[in-house]
Amino acid sequence: MASYLILQKILKTGFVSEPAPQADPALRTREQALQAEILKVFGQAVAIRHVDAGSCNGCELEIHALNGPHYNIDGLGVKFSASPRHVDVLLVTGPVSRHMEAALKRAYDAIPDPKWVVAMGECACTGGMFGESYASCGKISNVIPVDVEVPGCPPTPTALLQGILAAVSKGASNASG
Amino acid sequence: MKIGDHEWRLDSIGPHIWRGSMETGQLLALSRAVKEEGGQLVALWGSDDRHLNGGFGIHVALLTGLGLAWVSCVLPAEAPAYPDLAHIFPQADRMQRAAFDLLGITATDAVDERKWLRHNAWAASEFPLRKDFSSLAARRSPLPEADAYPFIYVQGDGVHEIAVGPIHAGTIEPGHFRFSIIGDRILKLEARLGYAHKGIEKRFEGMELATGARLAGRVSGDSHSAYAWAYCMAVEMATASTVPERALWLRALFLEIERIANHLGDLGYLGNDVALAFGFMQFWRLKEDWLRMSIKLFGHRYLFDCITPGGVATDIDAAGCAELDALACRIEAEIRELKIIYDEHATLQDRFADTGICKPELAAQLGLTGLAGRASAQTWDVRTQFPQVPYDRLDVNMATQRRGDVLARAEVRFAEVYESLRLIRDILKRLPAGGIHAPLQPAQAACEGLGWVEGWRGEVVVAVRIAADGTLDRVHPHDPSWQNWPLVEMGVLGNIVPDFPLINKSFNLSYSGPDL
Repeated sequence: MASYLILQKILKTGFVSEPAPQADPALRTREQALQAEILKVFGQAVAIRHVDAGSCNGCELEIHALNGPHYNIDGLGVKFSASPRHVDVLLVTGPVSRHMEAALKRAYDAIPDPKWVVAMGECACTGGMFGESYASCGKISNVIPVDVEVPGCPPTPTALLQGILAAVSKGASNASG
Repeated sequence: MKIGDHEWRLDSIGPHIWRGSMETGQLLALSRAVKEEGGQLVALWGSDDRHLNGGFGIHVALLTGLGLAWVSCVLPAEAPAYPDLAHIFPQADRMQRAAFDLLGITATDAVDERKWLRHNAWAASEFPLRKDFSSLAARRSPLPEADAYPFIYVQGDGVHEIAVGPIHAGTIEPGHFRFSIIGDRILKLEARLGYAHKGIEKRFEGMELATGARLAGRVSGDSHSAYAWAYCMAVEMATASTVPERALWLRALFLEIERIANHLGDLGYLGNDVALAFGFMQFWRLKEDWLRMSIKLFGHRYLFDCITPGGVATDIDAAGCAELDALACRIEAEIRELKIIYDEHATLQDRFADTGICKPELAAQLGLTGLAGRASAQTWDVRTQFPQVPYDRLDVNMATQRRGDVLARAEVRFAEVYESLRLIRDILKRLPAGGIHAPLQPAQAACEGLGWVEGWRGEVVVAVRIAADGTLDRVHPHDPSWQNWPLVEMGVLGNIVPDFPLINKSFNLSYSGPDL
C-alpha cells in the first residue's frame, strides 16, 4: 500500500530540479598554485565536509535546503561527506568560537592537499554580529586559510552553490570540453 | 499571587507575567510550592548588579497555574551564593553551573559542581559576565591546550565508550556525546555542550535596543522570530511602549510561518533517518516552496529582522494574503497525502514506535517542555494557556500525545503544522488595519521587562534590563533546549546506538541557543 502511494506521489510531483547557477568567481579571495592542474583532472566534481564552528544554525538550514530536490547537487557532482579525509572542500559556518578553534584546525589538517575552504555567511566572512570576544575568534580566516567567502545572513542555497562552484570553477570548462 | 496555601508578594507586570524579589530562603519555599502545585522551573540566570545595588542577582522564571513568575534575589558581592534549586527542579542543574561559570555565583549544596559552559576559553578564576571582565583582553590571551572534563564513567564487563563530536557526521551543530554501551545497547549517554559558546550575553552589554533585536534573533537562527518577538516584548514592557495591533498579528503570522518551516524540515529528516529518502525529498520540496514564499512576501527566507522593537518591519497586502492563503491550502493537502504514506509505511512505523521513550512521569519530573513535552503529556503551550495578543483571540488547539516516543513527537509535529496552517488562514482573514510600527518610549531610568513566546521548539524567555542611558545592561535569552537535553540522555537508554540519530532528530534541540 505504502509503495503504491509513494510511486503515485513521485509521478504526480514530477521533476522539480532547476538548472544550476553559474559559479561566482568574485567570491574567491585567493588562488592556490595547484588549482588549474587539479581541476583539469577532476572538473567540478567535489566532496565537501561541513563544520559548524559556532554558528547560530541559520546557515545550516540553508545547507540542508541545498540538499533538497530543487537544487539537485548530486547531479552536479557535488556531495557532502562525513569524513574530512574524503573531501576537497571544507565548508565552514559561524564565527569560530574559541571552544571550536582546536576542532576546526584539526578538521582542516585532516583534509588531504590540495584543499579549498569556503567560508559561509556573514559571521564566517567578517565575524558578523558576534565579532571577536573572550569566546569568539571572529571570522574563519582568523583561524585557517580561506579561498572563497559567501556573504549573507544566511546566504541562499543558490549563493552558496555559486560559492562552492567558484572554488572549483577553473577546471570546469576543461573537464566538459 | 496565590500558590499553594500561601499568598506571595508578586506583582502583575504584563499579561500572565508576575514579578517579585525576595530573600533566598523564600525563593526555596516558593520553588517547593510551585513544584507541589505541578509547576516547573523554566529558566535560571544570574547578573552582576554591583553597579546598581552593590551585589549580584539570581533570577528564576517559574511556570505556575497563573503564568510565569519572575523572581529575583540580591546576593552579596563577596562570596555570592544561593540555595541549590536542582534538588527541587533537576533542570536547574546546568543553568546553575552556567551561572557559576559566567558570574561566579554559587548554588550552595548542589550535587553537581562541574563546569558547564566553560571549556578552555577563560580560566576558572575569571567570570565573563562580571562588568569588570574585559572581553577583548581575554581574546588576546592564548588558549591552554585541552579542556579536561570529568565525564561519569560506566565500568564493568563488556562496557565500552563511543565518543562523538564536537564535529558530527552530518550538517549538525557542534556538541560532544559520550556513549557507554554494551553490545549495541546504550547504558548511559552524557552530553558535553558549550562548543558554540560565543559570548552572546556579554555582546548585549551596552548595545542599542534596535541592534539587540537583531542579535536576539541570532541566538538560535532556526527560532529567529520566537527570540526576536520575546526580546521585543521584553523591551516594550520595560519602556511601557505600545505596539500597533496589526504589528502583533503580523508577529504571530511570522511565528507560525517559522513553526511550519521547521516542522516540515524535521518531518523530512525523520523519514530520512529511517532510510525513507522519499520523505526527505517531499517535505524539503514543500519547505523550499514555503521559504520562497517568505522571501517573496517578506524579503527573507527565514524572516530575519522582520520583527523590530515597536512593531514589525514588513507588511502584507491583499494580494500577498491571497497568495499565502493559497499556498497554505496546497501545502496542507500535500502534507495530508504524505501523512497517509508515513502512517502506512511499515518500516517507518516500526522504527518510530517505542523508540526513545520519555514517559510522562519522567517528563514531569525533569521539566520536559515544548513540543517534546507535549509528546510526553506535558500539556503546556503558552499560546493556549497564557496567550498574549493576538493568541488570546485565536483559540489555539494544543497537540498532545502520551507515548513519549519518536512516533509521538512526529505526530505532534503533524498536528501542529495543520493547526498553524489553520491559524495562518485565520490571521490573514482577521488582520486588523493600521500601522505596523510605533517608536518606543524613551527609557527615563533603569528599567526591565520579560518576553515569553511559544517558539516551534518550546517556550523562549528573554529577560532584559535597560540602563538609564537607554542601552542594554543585561539580557538573558533562554532556550527550551536547556531543559530538554537531559531528557534526550534519558530517552536513549536501552535503545541501540543506530537509533540515536533518529531519537536526537525527533527532539531536534538547539546547541547555539543554550550555549549562548
